[in-house]
Amino acid sequence: MDYVDYYKLLGIEKTATQKDIKSAYRKLARKYHPDLNPNDKDAKRKFQQINEANEVLSDTGKRKKYDQYGKDWQHSDQFEKQQQYQNQASEASRSRSTRTQSDGDFSDFFESLFGGASSGYSRSRQVKYRGEDYTAEVHLELTDAYKTHKQTLNVNGEKIRITVPGGIENGQTIKIAGHGGKGINGGPDGDLYITFSIANHPGIKRLGNDLFTTVDLDLYLAVLGGEKTIDTLDGKVKLKIKPETQNGSKVKLKNKGFPVYKNEGQFGDLFITYKIKIPTNLTEKQKALFKQLSES
Amino acid sequence: MIAVDEFCASHNIEISFISSLHQSGLIEITTIKNSGFIEADQLRQLEKYIRLYYELDINLEGIETIDHLLLHINSMQDEIRSLRNRLRLYETGE
Repeated sequence: MDYVDYYKLLGIEKTATQKDIKSAYRKLARKYHPDLNPNDKDAKRKFQQINEANEVLSDTGKRKKYDQYGKDWQHSDQFEKQQQYQNQASEASRSRSTRTQSDGDFSDFFESLFGGASSGYSRSRQVKYRGEDYTAEVHLELTDAYKTHKQTLNVNGEKIRITVPGGIENGQTIKIAGHGGKGINGGPDGDLYITFSIANHPGIKRLGNDLFTTVDLDLYLAVLGGEKTIDTLDGKVKLKIKPETQNGSKVKLKNKGFPVYKNEGQFGDLFITYKIKIPTNLTEKQKALFKQLSES
Repeated sequence: MIAVDEFCASHNIEISFISSLHQSGLIEITTIKNSGFIEADQLRQLEKYIRLYYELDINLEGIETIDHLLLHINSMQDEIRSLRNRLRLYETGE
């Protein structure tokens, strides 16, 4: 756990007035506030840091304690005990003030020195706020994303069972209403946003609802035609190979692609590219036959 | 739907602020029997405007500009996601 220089975080001198602190905080909050930086985890982290700095420096009591014991935060417990007797009465009567939607994550340093977030934003009014929205990332295999299935997630210690609709796209975010942070001052709970990260599948590529794969054909099957069974995400499919199939030629299997998200029964297409394998380790007899063919 | 005056009372904000947002076209207000109501699906956006206005001291013109730019950012983020997925089609080794 490292010492956090709140003055440096806000870019102010130790002699800064409350007006300077407010001004520095507002300026940085405008730059890093999560509302202004959607899906930016770095900005959110930075905002939490400056929020923490403001929490301490804008409160005269906390600032005094920080200035006095900041660098020696390990000994703050002793300080706390001494102060406890003096502050008991005032602590009991102190009301909980409003908190911004995005605070809540305080550094270990802060927790050690102040024992958690007791108050938050500098606004003085009691305002009902929705709880903080949570974000989570879920990693899926392509085969998992193919079929609608249920999955249990552990979000901040709470187990949440969700239904993942088949056809969900890589990078897509879904909202689970009411599973975010608790509402503030009686406001509604926040939401949980889950972003899905879908791994590439060996041999099968996905673009939207269409799938692309390559199928190896031996030379004889490509020349003479016939049937070949291949594995798809939907099970085995028997392909009819036309005689004289060329290397690199493509066929489309309609409705054998990925399911269309939240459109039951609708599927994209499967595009197959044939790759013709030239036989190796030919016997003398086979070589002679090929020579005979080439001269015919 | 939630009544504008009820929303303002619970959030401790002035009704005139909601009216200004409505006049700027940032939110829709439905009037029923001379009372204004806000659709529930607008609450998230509305609370964002409140944070920008009251907590970050951004005026209405600033909020309008930010709203416009955030739409652009969201649209670009969607496009990046789509392009990244398209790029995966040509990537090998994964």
